[in-house]
Amino acid sequence: MHNRDIGAFAWRALTGYTTRTVLMLIAMAIGVAAVVMLTALGEGARRYVAGQFASLGTNLIIVIPGRAETAGVSPSTLMGETPRDLTLDDAMALTRNYRVRRIAPLNIGSADASWKSRSREVTVFGTTHELLALRHWELAKGRFLPDTDIDIASPVCVIGTKIRDELFGAQPALGQWMRIGDRRFRVIGILGSEGRSIGVDVQEVVMIPVASAQQLFNTPSLFRILVEARTREAIEPVKTFILETLKERHQGEEDVTVITQDAVLATFDRIFTALTYAVGGIAAISLFVAGILIMNVMLVAVSQRTAEIGLLKALGAAPRQIVALFLAEAFLLSMLGAVLGLLLGELGSMIVRQMFPTLPAYPPGWATLTALLVALATGLLFSLLPARRAARLDPVLALSGR
Amino acid sequence: MAVIELRQVHRDFQVGDQTVHALDDVNLCIEAGDYVSIMGPSGSGKSTLLNLIGLLDRATRGQYLLNGEDVTTLSDIAQAEVRNRQIGFVFQAFHLVPRLTAAQNIELPMILAGVAKDIRDVRVNEALKALNLDSRAHHKPDQLSGGQRQRVAIARATIMQPKVLLADEPTGNLDRKSGQDVIDILESLNARGITLLIVTHDAEIGGRARRQVHMLDGRIETDQTSEVSHAQP
Repeated sequence: MHNRDIGAFAWRALTGYTTRTVLMLIAMAIGVAAVVMLTALGEGARRYVAGQFASLGTNLIIVIPGRAETAGVSPSTLMGETPRDLTLDDAMALTRNYRVRRIAPLNIGSADASWKSRSREVTVFGTTHELLALRHWELAKGRFLPDTDIDIASPVCVIGTKIRDELFGAQPALGQWMRIGDRRFRVIGILGSEGRSIGVDVQEVVMIPVASAQQLFNTPSLFRILVEARTREAIEPVKTFILETLKERHQGEEDVTVITQDAVLATFDRIFTALTYAVGGIAAISLFVAGILIMNVMLVAVSQRTAEIGLLKALGAAPRQIVALFLAEAFLLSMLGAVLGLLLGELGSMIVRQMFPTLPAYPPGWATLTALLVALATGLLFSLLPARRAARLDPVLALSGR
Repeated sequence: MAVIELRQVHRDFQVGDQTVHALDDVNLCIEAGDYVSIMGPSGSGKSTLLNLIGLLDRATRGQYLLNGEDVTTLSDIAQAEVRNRQIGFVFQAFHLVPRLTAAQNIELPMILAGVAKDIRDVRVNEALKALNLDSRAHHKPDQLSGGQRQRVAIARATIMQPKVLLADEPTGNLDRKSGQDVIDILESLNARGITLLIVTHDAEIGGRARRQVHMLDGRIETDQTSEVSHAQP
């Protein structure tokens, strides 16, 4: 018996019993679609979190003055017992390594900002033009802080959209002089990015050159230095380089804390990967259930078609041929069901992506492939028993319809 | 040479704790090209005998030689092969596959045997023509009359050109006219050399055969060979 004939016979059996075929297709399709959609959601959540971290900056290393002896970074350790200040010279020293792509010193303070009669308290970031690229921010209008020497205190500022709305209202803010603390700054750019940075909404921030901030707040010390390594692999060497350089510059005292987002990110990555696997496993159980359903329907098919099986035997079908015919039927069913399920799952994921644009719910490739293979395997495995039963039928009884 | 030879064949069925002797020491020798009717009341073992000859059933004891070869001891696969190539079945209930067309039903034994598609098509067309079914080739069984269905079944039974054709009450589900047609077709096949065995309880049909075997309680009661055959035109 040729494979093509087996396939054709099985196909006619499928099209001959439409209700049964449709029911089984639905069962299989729902199982596969569940796997695809659930893994897509898990993967989407993972990517979302990873994306949030990436928006902080890629390959980011944060240098904080003071040594975190106890539990991480609390404001008291940051602001309080700092043996030595982080200075602009320290920051400049950190650029002297080929693995460092860019650095941005950061000074944070709070001051009153006003324009004409309006005023409010704002968070002021003192930094350099590198921060924009480092943090993957975008400008809505104008330009960012000028690319000058780090210690030049130019009277310019970049403001968030919320500040612009509140201080300038409908009037153009670019080129205006506004007052921050006791100094005047010209607005040269407006930040367009959304998001939060170190717990501060960037739309409510005013950015000025780091040297200006040091004058404004009358302090030589930096709040943080942000360092971007060239590659992910460079993060560890850069971390070592930072610690060594600053130790040398601080008279052999290791008095800074260096944290990387990488460790945190890796942990989240592991958590979400585990979550995706777990969700995929749950969905695989639904495939298993679909498999059992296929077995039941196949068993019913065998008892419905006893006479036909008896006839095939009378016409000279060997037991193996009968097994092959039923397995071919199961294979076609599982295959069609799985493909239908994949389409359904992709469609479902697409709808989820439409409804929640921030969640990149794309089913991972391994899940799609596994769903397909598991569907085929369960379909065939669970049809083995009914097919065997068909092959063992006594042709005399089968033909007499008893 | 005998095409079918049964030697002391027994077939016992276990019904509850009772053993029923469906065939009880049956000896039968059928020559190639013979026309045999097997008659008897229901329960006399005639269908069991036919199933056994058709290798659908196995003897409890005894020997069955088909073309001089002992087929009792053959494996399932080998028996299937023998059924496919050497034996044709015609049933009372036609047993056509309902979702297949007449042509596809006729094709079935050749598909099982692995005959190439182009050869199958030629042979199916020949068979359809021979049995006057050309116009019905693409009809499903439920669109065919009883007589047409049985003609399709006969075409299917003979498509592999078997030596032996076994018919179990072939006219049982047919009206007189179609029954007569079917018997005519079977007899013409016999006239062309096929060995024909008909199981029937219709004495009129059974009486047409050259050799008439009467069964009772699993035994052969009488076995007559008439000199004048009704089958001859």
